[in-house]
Amino acid sequence: MANQPRTLFDKIWDAHVVETLQDGTALLYIDRHLVHEVTSPQAFEGLRVAGRQVRSLHGTIAVVDHNIATDASRRTGIEDPESRLQVETLEKNVAEFNVPYIPLLDERQGIVHVIGPELGLSLPGMTIVCGDSHTSTHGAMGALAFGIGTSEVEHVLATQTVLQKPAKNMRVTVDGVLPPGCTAKDITLAIIGKIGTAGGTGHVIEYAGEAIRALDMAGRMTLCNMSIEAGARAGMVAPDETTIAYVEGRPHAPKGEAWERAVAWWRSLPSDAGAHFDKEVSLRAEEITPQVTWGTSPEDVLPITGVVPNPADARDETRRAQLTRMVEYMGLIPGQKLTDLKVDVVFIGSCTNSRIEDIRAAAAIARGRQVAAHVRALVVPGSGLVKKQAEAEGLDRILLDAGFEWREAGCSMCLGMNPDKLTPGQRSASTSNRNFEGRQGPGGRTHLCSPAMAAAAAIKGHLADVREFSA
Amino acid sequence: MKAFTTLTGVAAPLPMANVDTDKIIAARFLKTIARTGLGKNLFHAMRFNEDGSEKPDFVLNQEPYRKAEILIAFENFGCGSSREHAPWALLDFGIRCVIAPDFADIFHNNSSKNGILPIRLPREICEKLMEDAKMGGNARLTVDLERQVVVRPSGEEIPFEVDAFRKHCLLNGLDDIGQTLQHAPSIDEYEAKRRAEAPWLFA
Ligand code: SF4
Repeated sequence: MANQPRTLFDKIWDAHVVETLQDGTALLYIDRHLVHEVTSPQAFEGLRVAGRQVRSLHGTIAVVDHNIATDASRRTGIEDPESRLQVETLEKNVAEFNVPYIPLLDERQGIVHVIGPELGLSLPGMTIVCGDSHTSTHGAMGALAFGIGTSEVEHVLATQTVLQKPAKNMRVTVDGVLPPGCTAKDITLAIIGKIGTAGGTGHVIEYAGEAIRALDMAGRMTLCNMSIEAGARAGMVAPDETTIAYVEGRPHAPKGEAWERAVAWWRSLPSDAGAHFDKEVSLRAEEITPQVTWGTSPEDVLPITGVVPNPADARDETRRAQLTRMVEYMGLIPGQKLTDLKVDVVFIGSCTNSRIEDIRAAAAIARGRQVAAHVRALVVPGSGLVKKQAEAEGLDRILLDAGFEWREAGCSMCLGMNPDKLTPGQRSASTSNRNFEGRQGPGGRTHLCSPAMAAAAAIKGHLADVREFSA
Repeated sequence: MKAFTTLTGVAAPLPMANVDTDKIIAARFLKTIARTGLGKNLFHAMRFNEDGSEKPDFVLNQEPYRKAEILIAFENFGCGSSREHAPWALLDFGIRCVIAPDFADIFHNNSSKNGILPIRLPREICEKLMEDAKMGGNARLTVDLERQVVVRPSGEEIPFEVDAFRKHCLLNGLDDIGQTLQHAPSIDEYEAKRRAEAPWLFA
């Protein structure tokens, strides 16, 4: 068994099994547990009631991101009483249990899935969990990272383990060279369009192939982030020189001799030749075009050159009903060109696309242009450090001059949980990851796309093809 | 989780079928940061008037049932949502055992995970226990989990079934975390080994 070729997932899994229980469930050791304000209050309370401690303080870090305002009002306190209570509760809990915490006004504060890699807290080969489904993002580091529920958050706090059955292995290979105007976001949307939102169910996806190798770390994070939208338990990219160069020198990255040992281990992690994958999917990068979702599920995605589908053409009754509902909710006319859809709001941010590379891409489109008069466009950096870097590069000026709002770090309009929300009927081009009904605010209509595409939509005032901007 | 061994206490009669999770704890009380504290809103719509005053007819507003630890109800107790708030609310009020002809699956599972013993007994027996319960403080029931019997005030013993694994967990007060902590030596061992192999993970 030991000599059988193994996948990246198998290797990380094997390295973390504490014990295998009778029914095949593994007690899996967790290297890093990221905690935020929404899914942790009952978990800490459970510890308190049972008189338990947090087992691994160095393996745990807490931050606020979901509930907070992303404008100056964050300095004067949270208005919504329930949101405020969750944030205050986290602060109380981290103090009581001595959990390392990044406070709201710390420059390192940000979206949990942005700051993990950024601070070197998320490293290759690690097991990483967080009470949030987009924990899959950290898989870009070559780590096994997945979301857990509140009772599991408590379980990890108390035991530093989770009870898990092994997932199946799936490989998505993207070979070839990505055409101009296309990004990791277009790859991930194209994959979800192809395999559907249940395409990865029960599996951990490893992304492989030339086009994936060519992605920078931010792109890989975008890709792994949306694995969850493909139904997968997690997504990963094998660590390579790009990964190692990214990690080196980060505040929590290993140093000196430990660095050498860590790198040696990381280099041994990529899937062995001949390793078994339960499911394989492949795409050609050349065939990918700038993507945008038109419906209320990430799989309802089309090239920007497409038109709104006609429910009458649906393959069956159920799908027809679904399409009819989506067309109605989204306020669309079958056959309408996607580029004819006027947008009210543009949101560039979220754990999918709020890194410095994403902001550079948006600024490149915005430079010397103006946001359309009827559009409100927000750029929300993923962390305080991303914000600082962008400001050092003058990107904030470019964006502000073009008429974009330049905000403080947080989840913002990715979900209607904080003051940044769509109002009913508003249409947005958004770089986030979910276009479900009401996700960005009740009645809001979300079109998912890349940062460059979102910036293009802001300038034109309607969904737009970023390739027309290259000149 | 608090261990459940033997419980002798007041049983409250709730002669209703389909007591759903919304009746147990209404959705508007779920925006909470706590598992505890839900007891005051347990059965809110049945227990309180709109102005917040108590409905005197409701069993839990009467002595000695304000201190009930056992609840007797009819079919399909706990149907509805999967939220753990329903057992949290019962537990917070002080209920440690619910006896009914049957339970919704998820509620059954959630309650034993939270230290509440759900007991399935045939309808005729539940009716008898309901009569016992109506006698109030003079008619305490005893639930002996070890021996798997409910002891009526008359001394009659009624046997019940319980899943062996859940019985073990309840008797020993083991929730999933408690279970895992039984493997604490393996976790310690793993950490020691890992610390040597990959010290940067423990820096
Ligand atoms: S940015 Fe959105 S998806 Fe990401 S953690 Fe925040 S709310 Fe969740």
